[in-house]
Amino acid sequence: MKVLVSVKRVVDFNVKVRVKSDGTGVDIANVKMSMNPFDEIAVEEAVRLKEKGVVTEIVAVSCGPTQCQETLRTAMAIGADRAILVETTEELQPLAVAKLLKALVDKEQPQLVILGKQAIDDDANQTGQMLAALADLPQATFASKVEIADGAATVTREVDGGLETIKVTLPAVVTTDLRLNEPRYVTLPNIMKAKKKTLEVVKPSDLGVDVAPRLKTLKVAEPPKRGAGVKVPDVAALVSKLKNEAKVI
Amino acid sequence: MSALVIAEHDHGSLKGTTLNTVTAAVACGGDVHVLIAGHNAGEAAKQAAKIQGVAKVLLADAPQLAEQLGENVAAQVLALAGSYSHLLFPATAHGKNVAPRVAAKLDVAQVSDVIKVLAPDTFDRPIYAGNAIATVQSADKIKVLTVRTTGFDAAPADGGNASVEPVSAVADGGFSSFVGREVTKSDRPELTAAKIIVSGGRALGSSDKFTEVLTPLADKLGAALGASRAAVDAGYAPNDWQVGQTGKIVAPQLYIAAGISGAIQHLAGMKDSKVIVAINKDPEAPIFSVADYGLEADLFTAVPELVKAL
Repeated sequence: MKVLVSVKRVVDFNVKVRVKSDGTGVDIANVKMSMNPFDEIAVEEAVRLKEKGVVTEIVAVSCGPTQCQETLRTAMAIGADRAILVETTEELQPLAVAKLLKALVDKEQPQLVILGKQAIDDDANQTGQMLAALADLPQATFASKVEIADGAATVTREVDGGLETIKVTLPAVVTTDLRLNEPRYVTLPNIMKAKKKTLEVVKPSDLGVDVAPRLKTLKVAEPPKRGAGVKVPDVAALVSKLKNEAKVI
Repeated sequence: MSALVIAEHDHGSLKGTTLNTVTAAVACGGDVHVLIAGHNAGEAAKQAAKIQGVAKVLLADAPQLAEQLGENVAAQVLALAGSYSHLLFPATAHGKNVAPRVAAKLDVAQVSDVIKVLAPDTFDRPIYAGNAIATVQSADKIKVLTVRTTGFDAAPADGGNASVEPVSAVADGGFSSFVGREVTKSDRPELTAAKIIVSGGRALGSSDKFTEVLTPLADKLGAALGASRAAVDAGYAPNDWQVGQTGKIVAPQLYIAAGISGAIQHLAGMKDSKVIVAINKDPEAPIFSVADYGLEADLFTAVPELVKAL
């Protein structure tokens, strides 16, 4: 069984981004970039399925600029077998990425597509569901447990108030939540091995996809600042403030 | 111009998030309709009809909508989407699951986590864990939005008098089937609807301590319990208690953070709370930079003291 995993190159989660003074976006020049944490979980899940003997081949895909090759090498160091970069310098919005992935799903015919539930830069939480819609596939989003058997995936999903389990027939799209697994550390020998794996580069036009953005960003601004309040010396002072000043209890 | 709000409900009653979403829909201009897609959901539809600002309630009632499977609910929305300029979902696990499927089928962009409607086609939404606010404009004919409910007041649940109109339910798409649900049973208010939240971090040290120290305070205040990612990762609290960028976004009247250092991802989920109290023994903890009242103390003594003093 073949699995397609999509990975996004994003500003590292430890970086506190700054809004550009001209309001056109956030400053990501010379900022550390990493694989989106949820996508790392997606790759790890695919590798674990391969280690269990359920999956035979893992194809990692990334859409974006040339530098996404690094992200794909990381995916291959975790255990993906080969990689495809859909290279473009255009701004890619979730619908465009979903269309690119749909074209690759048509070409590669995977039984399972695993994606992170959201990217930590645009926080959209859309691409997996959109891909499922475009490819007319079942979707199991926000997965915290995935079991594959008899041509179906039984997926436990994180929902408001608890957990929900659904069964989807394969092929299907799964998006990962935080607690699906803990991605392994990449080892040096695996990084070396990953350099020898195949990385194919295609353009959106090769896939016949128009990636023009649909949403226009008019401006990007700092959120309203919340100032620090006061330190209180003890519990009694805290209770008095909450009762008399804030009047919330 | 008219907007369709896809209600969140449990068939027998409407979830509070629907009310905030109605307010966002009203801000888009035009008539506001509410869709109840469910099974034996007449009661939820009745409640929706009473919301102020709602002109019409559409009720699609069928067994294949009972478990709210994403593919079926999306198909139901798509069957009605043609007559609307805006489709609005609460940005909950359910709304986030369904909305992009609808948007992609319509070949339109989705605007996620709308916190402000500036014009019928222009919206504010947070990016980078709320460290920046993007103003985006959609040229698509139908705007598909998920609404961050903390960004909008709840519409009054009473006073409206809309008609309830049955609509034919779509057939089961057969994409997925429901297996089971483990819902945390609790007498406490729901995290996203609570007026007061008591939230704990890694400093609690264990699941037992988490419960032992924080439960009495939550009980005393009638509060919901929340947790930082670190506390959830360590197994001190269930997954769905996580407050933050990738967990729940909350904005209660009072948020008490005990033993939470305040990573930006956590702050993203609670910094719109009206009053924030931080209890932490580390004077340098970033949580103090957003707290209205900071108490530099060991939570294991301060929290029980607080319970006594209340």
